[in-house]
Amino acid sequence: MLTIKNLHASIEGTPILKGINLEVKPGEVHAIMGPNGSGKSTLASVLAGREEYEVTEGEVSFKGKNLLDLSPEDRAREGVFLAFQYPVEIPGVSSTNFLRTAVNQVREYRGLESLDAVKFLSIMKEKMKLVEIDQKLLSRSLNEGFSGGEKKRNEIFQMAMLEPTLSILDETDSGLDIDALRIVSNGVNQLKTSENATIVVTHYQRLLDYIVPDFVHVLYNGRIVKSGTKELALELEEKGYDWIKEEADAASV
Amino acid sequence: MTTITKNKATDQFLENIAYFSNFQELRNESLAFLKNTGLPHSKEEEYKFTQISKKIEQNISTFLAADKISISAELIKSNLFEGFEGDVVVFNNGLFIEELSSISSPGYTLSKLSDSNSELLGSVAKIENDPFVALNNLSFEDGIHIKTEKGKKVEKPILFLYFNQANQGQIIQPRVLIEVAENSEVTFIENTVSQDEETYFSNTVVEVKVAQNAHAYYYRLQNENRKAISVTNFATDIHRYATFTSVALQLQADMLRNNLTLNLLDKGCVGNMYGLYLLNGKTHVDNHTNVDHTKPNSDSNELYKGILTDSARGVFNGKIFVRQDAQKTNAFQQNNNILLSENAIINTKPQLEIWADDVKCSHGCTTGQLDEEALFYLQARGIGKEQARGLLLYAVAGEVLEQIAYEPFKAYCIQLVEDRLGSSF
Repeated sequence: MLTIKNLHASIEGTPILKGINLEVKPGEVHAIMGPNGSGKSTLASVLAGREEYEVTEGEVSFKGKNLLDLSPEDRAREGVFLAFQYPVEIPGVSSTNFLRTAVNQVREYRGLESLDAVKFLSIMKEKMKLVEIDQKLLSRSLNEGFSGGEKKRNEIFQMAMLEPTLSILDETDSGLDIDALRIVSNGVNQLKTSENATIVVTHYQRLLDYIVPDFVHVLYNGRIVKSGTKELALELEEKGYDWIKEEADAASV
Repeated sequence: MTTITKNKATDQFLENIAYFSNFQELRNESLAFLKNTGLPHSKEEEYKFTQISKKIEQNISTFLAADKISISAELIKSNLFEGFEGDVVVFNNGLFIEELSSISSPGYTLSKLSDSNSELLGSVAKIENDPFVALNNLSFEDGIHIKTEKGKKVEKPILFLYFNQANQGQIIQPRVLIEVAENSEVTFIENTVSQDEETYFSNTVVEVKVAQNAHAYYYRLQNENRKAISVTNFATDIHRYATFTSVALQLQADMLRNNLTLNLLDKGCVGNMYGLYLLNGKTHVDNHTNVDHTKPNSDSNELYKGILTDSARGVFNGKIFVRQDAQKTNAFQQNNNILLSENAIINTKPQLEIWADDVKCSHGCTTGQLDEEALFYLQARGIGKEQARGLLLYAVAGEVLEQIAYEPFKAYCIQLVEDRLGSSF
């Protein structure tokens, strides 16, 4: 589904990603872990098409297409979804109108009929249950005045509405209490099928208790320096990142 | 005419002006004032960014009133927005035309100023506040005087339709006096229709007295031709427990200057001022607002927003005056601007003078570009870039448009704004 080969990216001339290789197949959950500044969020941003990042080398193919050639909106329409680490508050844009516009543009791209207001609302109600999000929240401006947990739940709710094939969760656990973490993870797990895949970007292991990964990759200094199964995450939780850094630094000398 | 050293333009124009025999006291006083001060020149603080006298000098040939134009019933009808139901007050180059107007709603009366001879005239919009008030005082031909009935609500809005066309660059001077009686309620909508693409200069004075416990709403659309020059002095006296709400939408002209003054004269007054300016081309719009809190426990709320592109220029100046007596005042002011091009300019200045010590006052002004992060967020959800831009810009505008309580007019304004955001921005 997703193939990343030797991906290099920089921001304002500073290289951040220095040769990422990753293969994600349908039905898989990949966790990307790593210390602060290792490039985790950059990877998520580059995949979603954030313009500040310049891809200097390498390729990314998604369902056979060159992802890097597509605009951010076309990536979303193709089925890439980025759950933002910091969802943006947009005063004056109602959550419901925004989502209906998004869903219908995505549907149009995929050759599906656009949803009328009634149909849209009924689907919305059904998906709202997934993340236990309150209708009142959705009648407000997009993310405006939402708590940290509400914003993250809204991300997963949007994900449910847009039905992506590849979801990238960028530090979705940051700032969540245990209850919110459980709700958000529960939503993600229910959306999992054999057709779609998830990349979970996180600093901490605790999210992975809820969203169990098939693979764990450790990103350090712009490269994946270690890959393994979920046990690797537990090891990192116990021992921290220093041993990985030492191994990686030793290897690169 | 004596020489007016302060401003060449005034001197020249005062030679060539229509004089009328009524309202002598007001006219004499205004003439003396104008002779003394002239029209504001560019070095005057209040007109620093808006060199309107120069503009007038360059584009207006005389201060004689523009000749009347032909206005048909069809023309009027074609300028009513969808869903509008209410009385229509028609002005032909600033002069009220009774035959073309429809005044039938219960709850108010309308008369010509020349008939009503109200002592209120000239007492709300004061000469010393702005020389253009004096100019209007001096040479308006006639105006209207609206009075609501005590305790009555005028159920349907009253629409002022101004048809403007002055081929030789003459002057149009509407004059409106409104008395909103105790416990009454009324909504006004104002729209100016440029009848061609040529220059005119309109110099409007509107005076409103909102009596005790009365409520008045005034919605104004300025979407004129690209050569239109306009100055408006809009002054309001707000009495005990009365509310006045102004919503102003400015879309196009050559140069617009609006002086909006709210005098909160007693306890429990509420004054609301909302504005939206969406400017492109070379349109220059200057909103000077002035709210005067004189007594305790009154509130004022102000929100002006602007989106500017091309070489458009916006000026916002918000004065809040809280007198020593006006304890427990709540005064809020906000001015937010988005500049979409390198050549667009905004000059914004909050001006607070607070003499009372127990008040809540806040002000803030921001100028920025479109929020790129928000744009990316919308795109990342599959919304195309152009549409995402439109959504974000509309979000800025929407907050002001939401303040229009009369639905058909709100819908009309929303449509105008959406069309604008979809094309020229």
